Order: sequence, then C-alpha cells, then structure tokens
Amino acid sequence: MSATTHPLTRSEHQEKDITTLIGFWVYVMTDCVVFASLFAVFAVLRTRTAGGPDMAQIVDLPYALVETLVLLASSFTCGMAILSAQHRRRNGVILFLLLTFLLGATFLTMELFEFHGLIIHGESWHRSAMLSAFFTLVGTHGLHITVGLLWIAVTIATLFKSGLTRGTTRRLALLSIFWHFLDLVWIFIFTFVYLIGGMH
Amino acid sequence: MHLLIANILLGRFSTHVLPSDPMTTIAFISMIAILLIAAGIVTRLKRWNWLWKEWITTVDPKRIGVMYLIVSMLMLIRGGSDAILIRAQQLTGVGASSGIMPTATFQQIFSAHGTIMIFFVAMGFLFGIVNLVVPMQIGARDVAFPVMNAASFWLFFAGMAIANTSLGIGFFSAAGWLSYPPLSELRFSPGVGVDYWIWSLQIAGIGSMLSGINFVVTILRMRCPGMKLMRMPMFVWSVLCSMTLVMFAFPILTVTLALLFLDRSLGTHFFTIGGGGNMMMYVNLIWAWGHPEVYILVMPGFGIFSEVVATFSRKPLFGYTSMVAALGAITILAYTVWVHHFFTMGAGTDVNAVFGIATMIISIPTGVKIFNWLATMYRGRIHFASPMYFFMGFVVLFTLGGVTGVILAVPGLDYQLHNSLFLVAHFHTMIVSGVLFADFAGLIYWFPKIFGFTLSEKWLKRSFWCWFVGFILAFAPLYVLGFMGVTRRMSHYAASTGWQPLFAVAAAGTAIIAVGVAIQVGLFVGSVRTRHARRDLTGDPWNGRTLEWALPSPVPAYTFAITPVVHSRDPFWEAKEGREPDPLQVTATHPYDDIMLPMNTPTGFFIGMGGFLVGFSMVWHMYWLGALAAILCIVMLVHRTSSTDDSEYVIPKELLTGTGRSAKGGVAA
Repeated sequence: MSATTHPLTRSEHQEKDITTLIGFWVYVMTDCVVFASLFAVFAVLRTRTAGGPDMAQIVDLPYALVETLVLLASSFTCGMAILSAQHRRRNGVILFLLLTFLLGATFLTMELFEFHGLIIHGESWHRSAMLSAFFTLVGTHGLHITVGLLWIAVTIATLFKSGLTRGTTRRLALLSIFWHFLDLVWIFIFTFVYLIGGMH
Repeated sequence: MHLLIANILLGRFSTHVLPSDPMTTIAFISMIAILLIAAGIVTRLKRWNWLWKEWITTVDPKRIGVMYLIVSMLMLIRGGSDAILIRAQQLTGVGASSGIMPTATFQQIFSAHGTIMIFFVAMGFLFGIVNLVVPMQIGARDVAFPVMNAASFWLFFAGMAIANTSLGIGFFSAAGWLSYPPLSELRFSPGVGVDYWIWSLQIAGIGSMLSGINFVVTILRMRCPGMKLMRMPMFVWSVLCSMTLVMFAFPILTVTLALLFLDRSLGTHFFTIGGGGNMMMYVNLIWAWGHPEVYILVMPGFGIFSEVVATFSRKPLFGYTSMVAALGAITILAYTVWVHHFFTMGAGTDVNAVFGIATMIISIPTGVKIFNWLATMYRGRIHFASPMYFFMGFVVLFTLGGVTGVILAVPGLDYQLHNSLFLVAHFHTMIVSGVLFADFAGLIYWFPKIFGFTLSEKWLKRSFWCWFVGFILAFAPLYVLGFMGVTRRMSHYAASTGWQPLFAVAAAGTAIIAVGVAIQVGLFVGSVRTRHARRDLTGDPWNGRTLEWALPSPVPAYTFAITPVVHSRDPFWEAKEGREPDPLQVTATHPYDDIMLPMNTPTGFFIGMGGFLVGFSMVWHMYWLGALAAILCIVMLVHRTSSTDDSEYVIPKELLTGTGRSAKGGVAA
C-alpha cells in the first residue's frame, strides 16, 4: 500500500466537514442530557436544606446578573470572531477570540469568588443536599467553561501558527457552537437557580 | 510528615490490598497466569510488533469489532464462572452448612456477575457486531470518526480492566450490579469496592456514549448511493434506534455515577441518609438510564434475527415498514417505563398504574416483531442452519419471558414478586434469549465474512442444545422458587424450606450451559484448525440478501473496491435473481477511484490507558496520578485535533482491476 498523500477534492472536503459538524451537534445533544439530569436533580433537592440556608439566602442577584452579562458579551465577541473568519481576517479572529477568552475568564473568576464566599461562610456542598445540587450544577457549567477557555487558547495558538486553514476554520465553527451552547445553559441556570430559586 | 506524603502519593493504597480469602486468591493467580502465558506466547512467536501495528493501533472497524468480540468472549467465561459459583453457593448454603464461600465473597460475586455480563459481555458483543457489520451493510468503507471509534474500544477495555483489577488489588463492590444507596454510600460500604464499580462503568460508559454518537452519524451520513433510509437492512435500523437510545441514556448514567462518587469522596448529600439526601432519586436516575439500556441491548438482537430469518427462509423480511415502526415505537416507549423497576417505592396508585400500562404497551410492538418473523418463515424455504436454531430458541424463550414480564408489569402482583427469584428468572430469560442468543446467531452468521471460513455446524447445533436445555433447567426452577417467596441474592436458607431440590435442578442446568460454553470454545479452536476444509470461496456461504454478501470473504481492509450502488432492500439477492444490476458493477460511468483509508494511530489506545489510570487512581484516592493522566489525555487530544492534515493513506485506482468484488494487483490484505 502506498502512503503517498492525496489531496481530497473540494466536495469530499465539504462532505467530511459536514459530517464532523453533525457529529459535534450530536455530542452537544448528549451534553444537553447531562445538564438536563443535573437540573432535574436540582429541582428535586431545591427545598432539601437540612436546616441550612435556602436558595434565597445564598443568591446575590445583582452579582449573578453581572456574570450573565459578561458571558453574554463573550458570546457576542465569539460571534464577531466567526464573522471575521468569514471575511478571512485572521487578525480580527484572533482579537475577538482574545476578548472572548478574557470575558470567559472573568466569568469563571466571578463564579469561583462566589463559591469561595459561600464556602468560607460554611455554606459548602457538605451543608445540605440543596447546596450539593447547587455546587454540582453550577460547577459542571464552570468546568465546561474551563474546557472552552482551553480550547480558545489552543485555537488562538494555531491561528498564529498556521492561519485560517480549512482545519482551523472548521474547529472555529465547532468552538462557537460549544461556546453558544454554554451560554444557553447559563441562561437556564440563571433563570431556574438564581431568579426562581432566589425568590422568597 | 512521612505519613502525609504517603497519604498524598498512595491515597488509601496500602499493603493490605491483596486478596485474603482462598477463592479470590485462586481466581487472581489464574488470571495473572493466563496473562503471563498469553504474553509468553506473543514473545515466543515474536508477534509484539505485529500486535502493535496491526491491532492495537488499528482504526479499521472490522479489527476493532474482532477485538470487542475477543474481550466479550473472555468476559463471558469470567461472568459465567461467577454464575457457577452463585449456583454452587445457593445449592450448598442450606441449614447447618454456610456453603462454599463466606457471605462477603458471595456478595461481590453476584455484583460482579451482573456488572460484567451487562457491560462487558452484552455491550461488548453488541459493539463488536455493530463494528463488523454496519459499515459493510450500508456500503461504507469506514465509520464517521475512525480514531474516536478506536478510543471507544480502548475505553471499554479500560473499564473491563478496572473491574477485573479489583479481583487482585482491593475488592469489588458488594452492593449489587446497580449499587443502590444507602448501601452503596460511604457509611455502609466504606472500602474501595463501590468505587471500583463506579469507575469501571464510568470509563466504559463514556466509550459507549462516543460509540453511540459515532454510529448515529455513520448511519445518517455514510450510506452508499441508492441506500435510502427505507432500504437499509433491518439490522442497520435496529442499530440506529439502539444508538439513539445510547445518546440519550448514557449521559444520565454518567451523571448518576458522578453524583454517587461525589457523595462518597467529597461529602455531598445527593443520596445520603441525612443532610437532605434523597436515595430514591438515585433509583429513578439509574433506571432512567437502565431501562433504555435493556432496549439498547435487545434491539440490535432483533435486527440480527431479522437478517437471519430472512436469509434462511429465502424470503424478504415480512412487514419491513411495520418492523421499522415497531423499532421506533420501542425507542420512544423505552423512556416511559422506568418506574416499573420500583413499583414498591410507593409512588402511589396512579403513578404505578401509568407505568404499568406503559409497560404493557411495549409488548405490542414487540409482538408485532415476533409475528413478522414468523410470517417471514411462513411458506419460506427454511434452511435449518445453526443461526436458525438460536432464532427459534429465542422465539420460544423470549415469548415466555415476555409473558412473565407482563405479569411483573401489574403493580399489585409486582408487590408480591418484587426482588424475588421470579424477577431474576424473567430478566435472564429476556437477556439470554434476546441478547446472547442473538449475538451467537450473528457471530455464526457473519463469522465467515470476517475470517473467510465457516464454523462447524454440527458442534454449533450441539452447543445450542446445551444452551437451550441448560437454560430451561437453570431458570424454570427460579420462577417456581420466586413464587415460593425466595428473594434474590440470598446466600443461605433453612433446610425446612424445601427449596434445595429446586436449587439442585438449577445448578444442573447451569452445568449444562457450562458444557455448551466449553463446546463453543472447543469448536472455535477446532474450526480454526480445520479451516482449509471450510474456506468460504464464494463470499456468500448462506445465500445472503444484503450488500455484505456481495463482498469476498474475508473482507479486504478497504472493504469495497468500488462504491456500491443499490436499488432495493435486498440488492445482492435481486442481483442474483437477475432483476437488478450487480451493486458492485464497474462500468465506464462508474469506474474505480482512489481509495482513501485513515492511517493507524495509537491515540485511541493511549486515551484508553489514560482512562484506566484515571479510574484506578480515583478508586484509590491517588488524585495526583488521576490529574496527571487526565492532563496527558487532554494534551494528546489537543495535539491530535490541532494537527491540520488528514492522516490518510491511499490505494491508487491503478491497482484496482477486475470486478468490483476484490482488487487485484497486490493490494489485497
């Protein structure tokens, strides 16, 4: 068997890219089920405070609103990065991805500060089933954001190295799906955990 | 200070981890001995390089399928040994005698039996056959994501390895195959057993989830020209439905296992007594995965039997459209019945009624399928080859098992039968006939396609009779015992109960099944030795109907020399009957083209080994090692995904000659 490289024709490239894209959407669906399960767990355990604080006592709504706005802004810059990629402007893509990274990192830092504040007041996941569910649901989202940040950093590095090739463009599209998905999940968290959960 | 460092480095690993009771020690030593002998043989034959290049780093779904089957076969023997020990204990643990083993060992053995049989035998056989057959049946050379497919296998392998490591290092879970809390919580199961269970399933489950994604996309995207959805072989339909269930069910398992681990290691309160935990939530979550899992396993079994019955009746499958509709209905209904696993939770009459009725409704599409198979046989020219034996054994047992299922679906009756041996007998009837018999039939049916020779029909039929008769003897007494009130997982009972004779019959049945397994092992060895006499030279040993039989046996690495074109549901049969052109015909307008295949890579293997390390170190709380392994996996993934070139090799079209069936000119594998 010869191991010479053989350039794929254009349509074969596109077919492969579409397959990858569909595969990624299917993965996102499975991740949706992960979050759906965690939301269900939170719904069941929401009132199980075991004598500890309830949701309304630990929610700082204005703080959560700022977090939400920061993450929404990062979704906007991520969309701008995709637009720049469509106009084949590598530096624009890098700039907007850097902004996305900074906003995402800000969001993550704010979330960690929120967790830290709860923990030092003795309101960690040990305290009650409700807090266990809260930390796990919000923490799982935070873990996804961490993965997203790593992915953005790697993408920026490859863009510097090899520019807007077919491979980087395709991965950029997947990254944006992932990032918008995390944004959407956060909207649900903000609604169900912070807004509804925070009501007296 | 030293203690602190040792704690960080070794977690709860200590010198007391080796097995203490003689039975486990013997099992562990024999496992090590088998591994050493295997390694010795490979060294002696100087095959390490070959093993690495041709198998461990392979991304060819056919080879990955074969590896799945080998692992499953070994695990069938492991799980079967557990079954023999369970039967032996329940035969001897009566009256003054405490039986052949201590209760603690018995509990680990029945937990390991269930876990291994479902995750590493049934799932392994399923993914093995899916890997072998689906690409061929849809006219594809490969799956959508070949490297991910290899990673799925190696994660499955890692999960299997974690479960078996517990035999020698530490011990396995004693909390049953689904580890219900509060028993599986830290307070009642403080050791590593439940953690072994969690991480074995977690790592293997992630592999299954990736496989699910892979095959859904493969079936939707990689079909050959003319292969419309309603022209797909029924096996492909069944896999599409099964993998859709995998996609939506396995994430729930991932979450459930993670929450149980958080309870055990970080002190959360999801399922604990106290702290506001809700242990029934675990039971709901695990069955929200667990019930679809039953259909994940059995639907491809239905698909295999659909292929077998049509081929050996020499007729098209009866009621193709209704078969597809039935699969679709089962796929949806699979998510609506999970509460029937715990009617006794006390959810209330209305809730139990809804789930009881939903459960009975599932028997309608299943019944449709049974009648369609029988109608396919009706007025067919039936050839009683060994896969047909397994099919007919399946029809008898599965229908009987289905009827006992309807009994259990009545909540009022379930209160009586719940947790009894009646239940054990019911689900073994369903899974052994619907999954294991189907996998055997599929394995026999497609074996010549992969290996190029058929198996000994005479011995296959003998193994069938051992399985069939042995199964009835082993499980009919359990139905009776269940009615008499015998609970499952019981290691000891009073002699005055009068149960021992029935347990003796069950043990005799198990021994007959063991003979059947021994025959299967023997016939594989014997058939390999006499393979030259049974070479499949035509590529079509059974007079088959679907695309894969148009290929030569064994199938070359590139599977199809030319992209097939199909015009009907049974393209090869129609071509043989002269009603349609050959699906592999080479013409001036449909000439040979260069074939591109993905290059072998160790990525999947390394991810699997990383998965093993993560699981093992989490079990023993060696968090630094787990983190290190996870980081290495991530670095490898980043490296793999950010290398921009497609790593493929090419078989140039100039080397392809002759009919589209096989390529000449030195490229044949």
